[in-house]
Amino acid sequence: MTNNPPYPGQERYVRSLEESPLQEVDAVDTESPPTSIWGDAWKSLRRNPMFIVSAVLIAFIAVVVAFPGLFTSQDPTFCELSQSLEHGRSGHPFGFDKQGCDVYSRVVYGARASVAVGVLTTVFVVFIGGVIGAMAGFYGGWFDAIASRITDIFFAVPFVLAAIIVLQVIKNLSNGTQGFVQGVGSVVLALVLFGWPPIARIMRGAVLSVKNSEYVDAATAIGATRRRNLIRHVVPNAAAPVIVIATVSLGIYIVAEATLSYLGLGLPGSVMSWGNDISQAQSLIRGGRNVGVLFYPAGALGLTVLSFILLGEAVSEALDPKARKR
Amino acid sequence: MLWYIGRRLLQMIPVILGATLLIYALIFLRPGDPIAALFGDKPVNQAVVDLLREQYNLDKPFVVQWFLFLKGILSLDFGITLTGRPIIEVIKTAFPVTMKLAVMAFIFEAVLGIVAGTIAGLRKGKLFDTTMLIASLILIAVPIFVVGFVAQFFIGVKWGIVPPTVGGDASFERLLLPAVVLGSVSFAYILRLTRTSVAENLTADHVRTATAKGLSERDVITRHVMRNSLIPVVTYLGVDFGALLAGALVTEAIFNVPGIGNTLYDAILRGDGATMVSITTLMVFIFVIANLLVDLLYAVLDPRIRFDK
Repeated sequence: MTNNPPYPGQERYVRSLEESPLQEVDAVDTESPPTSIWGDAWKSLRRNPMFIVSAVLIAFIAVVVAFPGLFTSQDPTFCELSQSLEHGRSGHPFGFDKQGCDVYSRVVYGARASVAVGVLTTVFVVFIGGVIGAMAGFYGGWFDAIASRITDIFFAVPFVLAAIIVLQVIKNLSNGTQGFVQGVGSVVLALVLFGWPPIARIMRGAVLSVKNSEYVDAATAIGATRRRNLIRHVVPNAAAPVIVIATVSLGIYIVAEATLSYLGLGLPGSVMSWGNDISQAQSLIRGGRNVGVLFYPAGALGLTVLSFILLGEAVSEALDPKARKR
Repeated sequence: MLWYIGRRLLQMIPVILGATLLIYALIFLRPGDPIAALFGDKPVNQAVVDLLREQYNLDKPFVVQWFLFLKGILSLDFGITLTGRPIIEVIKTAFPVTMKLAVMAFIFEAVLGIVAGTIAGLRKGKLFDTTMLIASLILIAVPIFVVGFVAQFFIGVKWGIVPPTVGGDASFERLLLPAVVLGSVSFAYILRLTRTSVAENLTADHVRTATAKGLSERDVITRHVMRNSLIPVVTYLGVDFGALLAGALVTEAIFNVPGIGNTLYDAILRGDGATMVSITTLMVFIFVIANLLVDLLYAVLDPRIRFDK
């Protein structure tokens, strides 16, 4: 095809096809299966160093939680007062705490309680908040009105404050010593009870912005029921912001557990957790003999929280096409 | 606008009612008798117990108790603590201290967060930016009480730069360290928010136009970049001020600040339900009002947002 004007008098310049951006359109491979938002996100995630670092750290933490015995041969409950607050030596790299327990093995075994609180709280919060938010946004009407008011009510009570009150109530109910399961269970309950409203709000907003899309109309047109539409089409496309917030919140819940344990209302003292070890270390560092009793559990907790925050940021970048291009 | 404010204020009523009922139920529907606990090991005098029950309305059904509590709040009569002081008096002495602490923390986090965030955003990827990013991540990842007592130990105890605890004397000097610790987490968030926002606005079309028409770099940044970048930051600051007032509990416990958070914590440990309910209600109220103000502020700052009637 030439660029000669087909009619006399037409002097407009028309770019040749080789110069035009139309080539890019032609270059799009129409044969390959369409990419989904998740496929695209996964592609850009794999190339993000922040994601790789945080994913490796989280995988490592998961292994420590599942098999603490792989990382230490010391028994964290074997303590000798004669070693109280001694510095590290071979076999005991982090030294000893006040009771003469090995700090390193306590950090390794303490991961279980802290991570359990974070993961369980996130799972329940996402489930409760997600279901309430998605149904409120999708069905609207009176259900939305009631669900949104209830969300507002729970949202209005400051989070840590509410958790403290709930834990105090649980403590009064169960007057007795709590084991690992009850201890973790009550902290999770307290955090979930007032932790779901932000997720519900975000889910509702995302569902509202998705539910009038053409593909939802298309699904309705070919006979999908409302419920199927919600589950198969609306929720998967509205889930992105919730996943980002949930990842970051997991770290925040671990910090909240430590804070509650510091206030004496979190996990019972008999349960080994970073939060308990940190709060016990507070009075010990004043003596200045083994700063490790504070530094190592706090460092382990900080690193865990950090990896979830970084993962959340990487995922949020990957799910936002605008941020990806830059 | 007035219409909108009126509607929002009306909407606040069920939220506050619901939140107080929720807290009230949590605190007063639990087993255990705070009046019996007051006697400790001593023999219980039934006449005194009945009198105290009546005085604290514990003899009435739950819903009636809640109504009486609401009625009291409306006439600014919060009742009395388990140790016999009027709660309104306790709040009157403790609240100004927390207010002072929160204002100091707020100024610290707002000024430093915005300045550092702007510089980091303008020099994305440079040394200052990277340092600030890492520092802010550490502040977010480490629990506030660890930051608190490390700061207290080194700055207060070891080097003696500022007094390590506050105690009865809530002077500016003594509140300085607690305020910095209280504001530190929000400082990190504000820094990151400002940084992202500034970096994003730097590539905006209107900024390129301003540069192209020959405006000096300083004018471009202050008048075009900053103005748009600060919208999300200001809204965050608004919500955060409410959170600072309500969430100072941990910081106040570490530094022994005689504020509202510490009072509440004592009440929780003592099982003093009336005080717990009153202070929590106050915090819910502050939180809800702060949220309303932020929404209004948002509309003032961002002309694209208009309220439907």
